[in-house]
Amino acid sequence: MSINKRQQYRTLFKQNVERRLFVDKIVRLIVISCVVTAIIPLGSILVEVFKNGIAAISIEFLTEVPGSIGSGDGGIGPAIQGTLIVIGMASIIGVPIGVLSGIFLSEFGDNKLAKSVRFFNDVFMEFPSILLGIFAFLVIVLVLGHFSVWAGAFALALIMFPIVARTTEESLKMVPVTYREAGMALGLRHWVVTIRIVIAAAKNGMVTGVLLSVARIGGETAPLIMTILGSSLFFNNFDTPMDALPLRIWRLSLLPYDSAQLQGWGAALVLILIILAINIGVRTLVLNKNDTYRFGKMIKEKIGGTK
Amino acid sequence: MTTKPNTIKRQVSSSSNILTEEDKFKMIAENVTISYGDKSAVNNVTMKFKEKSVTALIGPSGCGKTTFLRCLNRMHDMTKNAKVEGKVMIDGIDLYSKEIDPIYHRRKVGMVFQKPNPFPTMSIFDNVTAGLRLNGVKDKKILNEIVEDTLKMAYLWDEVKNDLKKPAIELSGGQQQRLCIARALAIQPEVLLMDEPASALDPIATQKIEETITELKKEFTIIIVTHNMQQAVRVSDYTGFMYLGDLVEFRETKKLFTDPKNELTAKYVQGQFG
Repeated sequence: MSINKRQQYRTLFKQNVERRLFVDKIVRLIVISCVVTAIIPLGSILVEVFKNGIAAISIEFLTEVPGSIGSGDGGIGPAIQGTLIVIGMASIIGVPIGVLSGIFLSEFGDNKLAKSVRFFNDVFMEFPSILLGIFAFLVIVLVLGHFSVWAGAFALALIMFPIVARTTEESLKMVPVTYREAGMALGLRHWVVTIRIVIAAAKNGMVTGVLLSVARIGGETAPLIMTILGSSLFFNNFDTPMDALPLRIWRLSLLPYDSAQLQGWGAALVLILIILAINIGVRTLVLNKNDTYRFGKMIKEKIGGTK
Repeated sequence: MTTKPNTIKRQVSSSSNILTEEDKFKMIAENVTISYGDKSAVNNVTMKFKEKSVTALIGPSGCGKTTFLRCLNRMHDMTKNAKVEGKVMIDGIDLYSKEIDPIYHRRKVGMVFQKPNPFPTMSIFDNVTAGLRLNGVKDKKILNEIVEDTLKMAYLWDEVKNDLKKPAIELSGGQQQRLCIARALAIQPEVLLMDEPASALDPIATQKIEETITELKKEFTIIIVTHNMQQAVRVSDYTGFMYLGDLVEFRETKKLFTDPKNELTAKYVQGQFG
């Protein structure tokens, strides 16, 4: 290549760089505006719920059974209790099944069975939740002859486990194969490597998946209408209808009284706070301390480095 | 030796006159052929590894040296479509025979990988003891003793003895690699496989690793894959030169480098290709 030609190329590349810097600016602008567009509805919902709901909150509101319709008396005690019970039960059923399926798909998932399981799991994840509610209605409510907490927990577990399975599989797959090899080379059995090394490394992702699914079922209304129906009384036993926050919100918001709608806002705020509390609580309890440490250190280094 | 005398079918030049039957062989690989699908990566390699010696495997990239090393620990079990034919004997027992549970043999054969891979969620102490703890050794006294012993063997003790609870991931690359050596030694293996253990390290860390290897030779049979010919000269007693999946020449290191029998070996060790 002649020297002249090289010089030509240098000018060309320089122009390219200028063009790229320009494109970079444009793309950055687009990205930022997308983020803002996504945050605006989220933020305004939160602000609205807080603004409208905070007035309804009182000890009475949080602990008592609903008063007579339209009176504005009473509270959402049974709904709070019911939501906690049904989320807990659904998690007890759904999380182990989801986590185990996820482990199977990721660690032993190189065969026909796993491929079909993965496919059905994905299909299941996309199912409208009302269909799962109707399914629970058919196989539990109709068979037993009454609405029950069992049916509600079953329906929510059906929504939960595909999400947990998928996120578990994805988090486990992110763990580099070199850790698995190191474990195998130490003469550890496959399941020991999976549980003590691979899962330990993937824990954060798995916990996030479980929390996502909890948040998802915490807000489900349709399947609960078909299963636990709703009630004005505190939990009695697993074979009777029960109340839950989404059901209560739905009912209250349909009533034509301001007092009821105010209570609806209050219930929505409580639901958001419960999901938030579960998230923060589980994260502090379960997440790898080393990871936070590393993250903190990383930030410190970043700040220190760009000074 | 408990095995029957080996006949070396392939003309692996003069390996028989450097390693006589009186030598005690820890491991013997016999007619090992390894293929991924249709593609063969190692062709009919026979090698004997003398007890308490260092054997280096050298050769250009893609010549099959790492693939061969991994078969000595049955690491190919994890790779789908990898197929290993031939025999690998350790103390006279065929590692690939159907009755053998590879778990027990992997405990006899430690392995250090090319990139340092300490377990990310564990502390330094937990990393070293992982192979023991996860196999049910709980006695704190034993664990403490082994941690100190193996970290000293890996020349890491002085640098970390006050920080054993620190996450292993915070160590430098060279320290991590020596930690991985300690971790491999903690299960009390008899053979140590090292896959380019210094390729990701700077000269000082490399020197430390090489000192470690020289020290470990007194107790262990070491097989090391290296890109670096000077490293092979410095640390090894025997060297095998591999090219395109064949073992071209396998002799005492000094002789292989000063008086190679094979023309290809001569060109490679003189740096004419590689």
